[in-house]
Amino acid sequence: MARLSSPEELEKFRQEAISMRDPARLCVSVCAGSGCVATGAGEVIAALGAELRKQGLEGEVDLKRTGCHGFCEKGPIVVIAPEEICYLEVTPEDIPEIVSATLKEGRVVERLLYVDPSTGERVTREADIPFYKHQERLVFGANRTIAPESIEDYLAIAGYQALAKALFEMTPEQVIAEVKEAHLRGRGGGGFPAGVKWEVAREAPGEPKYVVVNCDEGDPGAYMDRSLMEGNPYRVLEGLMIGAYAIGAHEGYIYIRQEYPLAVENLCGAMKRAEEHGLLGKNVLGSGFDFHVKLHRGAGAFVCGEETALLMSLEGKAGEPRARPPYPAVRGLWAKPTCINNVETWANVPLIINQGARAFTSIGTEGSKGTKIFSLVGKINNTGLVEIPMGMTLRDIIYKIGGGIPGGKKFKALQTGGPSGGCIPEELLDLEVGFDELTQAGSMMGSGGMIVMDEDTCMVDVARYFIHFLTDESCGKCLPCREGLRQMHKILSNITEGRGKESDIELLEELSETAAEASLCALGKTAPNPFRSTLRYFKGEYEAHIKEKRCPALYCKELISYYIDPEKCQACGRCLRECPAEAIDGGKKMIHIVDQEKCTKCGSCLEVCPPRFSAVRKISGEPVPPPIPEDQRAIVRKSKKQ
Amino acid sequence: MSEVRLQIDGKDVVTREGATILEAARSAGIFIPTLCHHEKLEPYGGCRICIVEVELRGATTLVVSCVHPVEDDLVVRTRSERVDRIRKTLLELMLAHAPDSPPLQELAVEYGADKDRFEKEASFCIHCGLCVRYCAEVVKKNAVGFVERGTRKEIAFIPEIAARECPTCKECLPLCPTSYLQAAFVLTEAFAFRSVSSEAAPEE
Repeated sequence: MARLSSPEELEKFRQEAISMRDPARLCVSVCAGSGCVATGAGEVIAALGAELRKQGLEGEVDLKRTGCHGFCEKGPIVVIAPEEICYLEVTPEDIPEIVSATLKEGRVVERLLYVDPSTGERVTREADIPFYKHQERLVFGANRTIAPESIEDYLAIAGYQALAKALFEMTPEQVIAEVKEAHLRGRGGGGFPAGVKWEVAREAPGEPKYVVVNCDEGDPGAYMDRSLMEGNPYRVLEGLMIGAYAIGAHEGYIYIRQEYPLAVENLCGAMKRAEEHGLLGKNVLGSGFDFHVKLHRGAGAFVCGEETALLMSLEGKAGEPRARPPYPAVRGLWAKPTCINNVETWANVPLIINQGARAFTSIGTEGSKGTKIFSLVGKINNTGLVEIPMGMTLRDIIYKIGGGIPGGKKFKALQTGGPSGGCIPEELLDLEVGFDELTQAGSMMGSGGMIVMDEDTCMVDVARYFIHFLTDESCGKCLPCREGLRQMHKILSNITEGRGKESDIELLEELSETAAEASLCALGKTAPNPFRSTLRYFKGEYEAHIKEKRCPALYCKELISYYIDPEKCQACGRCLRECPAEAIDGGKKMIHIVDQEKCTKCGSCLEVCPPRFSAVRKISGEPVPPPIPEDQRAIVRKSKKQ
Repeated sequence: MSEVRLQIDGKDVVTREGATILEAARSAGIFIPTLCHHEKLEPYGGCRICIVEVELRGATTLVVSCVHPVEDDLVVRTRSERVDRIRKTLLELMLAHAPDSPPLQELAVEYGADKDRFEKEASFCIHCGLCVRYCAEVVKKNAVGFVERGTRKEIAFIPEIAARECPTCKECLPLCPTSYLQAAFVLTEAFAFRSVSSEAAPEE
């Protein structure tokens, strides 16, 4: 492949790529993002390849391995173009039928379609599934049409058009002005205006300058950067290069987690192909602009997502943050001006350059423009990655896209912003998604984690869990984070284990202030959020734990007991057999009793007790009724006369 | 280099551009307590005890004076209700580890810190990093370093280097605010020095 050496050659190559595709041709796309791979996409792809050969369709039907489509709950996902028939939860056993019915005869395999749980209706096209219908997939949407190993796929959907436009039709200042006007705010958590950062980096004295992609996504349950990098690495590279051109950098680094092997693989492939095509390296597209990029694999420390710690790590030092100012844009990697942005921020740049700031700002709220990708997880029917326009309400995300809470349970809280985010209660569900809106509610946008919690979740335990995570991930450099969080975790553990004292809340508030005000980096400064937000909205739960030694959600093991209601027990023996601690005493026609001394509170008895009896229950904050006397334990079945 | 004019505790101070608030205060004879700061070392910002309140363009924030650069028109207050409250909590967190450290006790009196506020966990080291940084930056031997991370982080002598360098140096020992360094050194000496020196380590 000769390197493309002008925008005209790029356009010609693009047209060739497009002309080689017949839009009416059958193409089977299988989502091969990490989620679907985990549920068996690899086997599905292998089965498809074999079946196409077997049924003589090889060469007539295209088979494409794409990045994550987003609807991970229902993976593996198979989409058949041109009609975009979408099959969910596909197994290798389904493949012969898909090939013979859909590909050969044009018939839809009804049983593999999405079924709307509320109406029972089947949905054929991917875009019509409610999960996708309410999204605005400007950044993430291209994932499903691109095979990561095909630069032609990316070019066919206007890939690298923005880069060519920036390099040949715009000055660096114009690029910065456009990004500033678009009011693109950092998608990694801080929400700092990217254009302003770029301008500072451009104007800061010092050469060389650097651009860095932060792909050290460490929030539990969050995987939007991973999926973007796996599915569409070209777009991140394109955005990065536009940024490099704008600030005057010729070197870039991509800092990516070692735990993301597929993202690393796809990105390496993309870099290689981009370089072969003259879209990376020396004299990009013949513009005279040189840009080289290196990949650095992070060793899995959460704190390295913090920009100064990331840069320390890139330099080969321990991943510990340093004080800001000076900000990296002024003094960053190897003390040179460095523009560091998150994966999703860079991926937004081609969109802004292609469509203009005005189109970008037409979506969103006053302070937050464009879209945001969230990973919607937890107690939600439709787990997956969702991209929504800023300004959509949390309620719409949870109910219209997420399909509500499973098992008929009641919604309790939405945790946003990663471990140092906060929990938002039911009464705030009409909040519009935006950086400032979420911060005002005591949470934050963070990098886009969204964990749905139902009524069975204990909010004190949630605070304890996240503070524990952060204590564990604290780098230990500064005292308020290292020691303050450790003490906070101890106190929260005491509360959830029934040793809470009335003075604990005040002490936690004081430690929160110290961590928030005195910590060195954002990890420590935002770490009290899980406690502060749960105290703000669920204070009653703290009081119940401390004063009544009661866990209202019946979750905290030390504060609950399992009890068999003698009125309801039918001596079926299920719990007796299942109990791993041999804590249940019972026999034939004999009311069962939980030995509270032996009980390990695993909950097996409650799980197996037949719903028609519902004899086992959890109690908290009240004494367990004494076991019924031995002489009353025999069950006399009146209805057994027949 | 140009001059910067700021105000610290009501006093007008002129200093050089790029100086930290702590340096500016010290040059004007204004005291700010420190624990991890050392004039010969790069600013670290670990103990946070030198936190001060600053006002600039109408906004009041807290910054750590040993790492925060001066700016024109900055108004600095080295003591305030908030500053004192945070210093007190920071001291109490350290006192849980090193309740008998003289510099900590001295500050505890000043800020009313209760050494029994948190459950004692006498591990002594307060992670100021003076020893580690002094050995790296001044002596340039790296005989003592940090190992592990976060709450498990601790200082440790590297026996191979320490056996060779430390017996004739020991410059770091008086820097330690809690005497833990001395103990760590003696322990390393007892456990490892002999075995290290008896092994004929290949020259690099």
